[in-house]
Amino acid sequence: MDLRFARDTATVFSREFAPVPREPLGLLFTMGQPLLFLFLFGPLLAGTPSFGGAGGDSPWQWFVPGILVMMCLSGPMMAGYNLLVELIGGSLERMMVTPLNRTAMLVGRTLKEFAILLAQAVLIIALAVPLGFRLHFAGVLAGLVLLAVFGIGLGALSFALAIASQPGGELFYGVTQLVMFPLLLLSGMLLPMDFGPAWLQAAAAFNPVTYIVEAERALFSGRFTDAPVLYGALSACAVAAAGLALGTRSMRRGV
Amino acid sequence: MIHARGLTRKFAVKRETVDAVRGIDLDVEAGRLVAVLGPNGAGKSTTLRMLTTLLPPTSGTATVAGRDIVADPAGVRARIGYVGQKNGAGENFRVRDELVTQGRCYGLTRAEADRRADEVLDRLELRPLAARRPGTLSGGQRRRLDIALGLVHRPGLLFLDEPTTGLDPQSRADVWEHILRLRAEYGTTILLTTHYLEEADTMAERVVVIDHGRIIADGTAARLKNDLAGDQVTITVHDAADTARAVAVAGRIAAPDGVSAEGVTVRLRVPRADAALPEYLRALEAAGVKAVTAEISRPTLDDVFLALTGRTLREGEGAAA
Repeated sequence: MDLRFARDTATVFSREFAPVPREPLGLLFTMGQPLLFLFLFGPLLAGTPSFGGAGGDSPWQWFVPGILVMMCLSGPMMAGYNLLVELIGGSLERMMVTPLNRTAMLVGRTLKEFAILLAQAVLIIALAVPLGFRLHFAGVLAGLVLLAVFGIGLGALSFALAIASQPGGELFYGVTQLVMFPLLLLSGMLLPMDFGPAWLQAAAAFNPVTYIVEAERALFSGRFTDAPVLYGALSACAVAAAGLALGTRSMRRGV
Repeated sequence: MIHARGLTRKFAVKRETVDAVRGIDLDVEAGRLVAVLGPNGAGKSTTLRMLTTLLPPTSGTATVAGRDIVADPAGVRARIGYVGQKNGAGENFRVRDELVTQGRCYGLTRAEADRRADEVLDRLELRPLAARRPGTLSGGQRRRLDIALGLVHRPGLLFLDEPTTGLDPQSRADVWEHILRLRAEYGTTILLTTHYLEEADTMAERVVVIDHGRIIADGTAARLKNDLAGDQVTITVHDAADTARAVAVAGRIAAPDGVSAEGVTVRLRVPRADAALPEYLRALEAAGVKAVTAEISRPTLDDVFLALTGRTLREGEGAAA
């Protein structure tokens, strides 16, 4: 069973991944927004006295993990979008009639998005090092594992949403538009939530992304034993469990 | 190959329950080519989707290729091929890659999947299109690719949901040629749905007519036509007075409900029109009625559907569109 699951996941992953190297430009385009933030927004932070001026870590240490989480939000959304297109087109139906494992269909697709995220993360980090980002190798590795767990959960949630949105797909576009920005802004990804009023901080406390961002910051600075790492891990696991349960259930219910 | 008992399926549409399928009993032996015929919305596709495990039935049971569709859907999936109404190949992928993926989905090794992909590419004359994306193919080519996807793992039972809908006559003939050859070579059992009467009539050994979620007729096309519709004799006469007398004469040859008149045209439903026509003409002659024109026609499946439901299949089509 487990061996079959691994094989099915590999089948889905290699199907999804095959077109990527054929269009290397596409990889760069999807990085457009994070790169803009890195180069056009990052320097602002670095120039803000309470960030760059004071001692301690470089602002890049604080900002780069946030950018990676931002990319981790948009990748799974794309996975859901691709699934929606295949749902409407009929190719997903074709695969549903094969013995392919349902969960493997979800995991394989999310892993492809994660492989892309990984490539992008390496590029972002490579670009940030000359700006003053200090590379804690083990921490970065742990941070990427955490992102993978979170990303798989988000991807599965996005699949469930895509399945619920057929045949038109309006629900998918509506919800992703409505949810993405609040999640992003309320996570303290761009600016520390400490700067905001109490009600904003209270709202951020309900955002699972907040905990991921804080955990990533701790890990990227090599602080493995910080409390936020635990909260972030719990948050990522909760999202992954909820996502996989919901996603697999919608797959089983019939498409 | 297929044994279904009391299959039903309800859908909830805007808080109302719609009975798409209301109790299907169906047995199909190995090696048969069966066409399921019915107007749009009759429950053809829903039935197919239940038999192929895409949709769990609301009630009822079925074994397909020896496996229970509810208890062992994975077992069913491993043994059947399915070509849906929509296009099976993904837009972002290349033709051959999709065929290889399909083989891998059925658990074939990479090498075996490669071999089978090439085999079906050749078989369905898709080889020159192997590196293309599905979106660049013509309608007929895409349909051939869909069928190729359904055949990669050499299933003993193939389901085709409206395989020729929307194709031009040339492509339809082409798709049929491939289906029939496949059957001749491998003895594949085929169950397909269609709303093209001519197709069901000429291609299938057995026609199952579905309307409002139930099977209303089942048999060879020839038998359905003989039993349920019968031949038709049509004559025209000079005037209304003659029409009345011609109808009276017709009553002696055909059953009372088999005679109809419209203007100067009189129609008779009879078991054998070739024998009834001379007899009718002689009787008219004796009654002093002169027939102006006379013709006989064999029934179509549309006549069968009309006889069963009081509607024609084509009407249903128009209403749905």
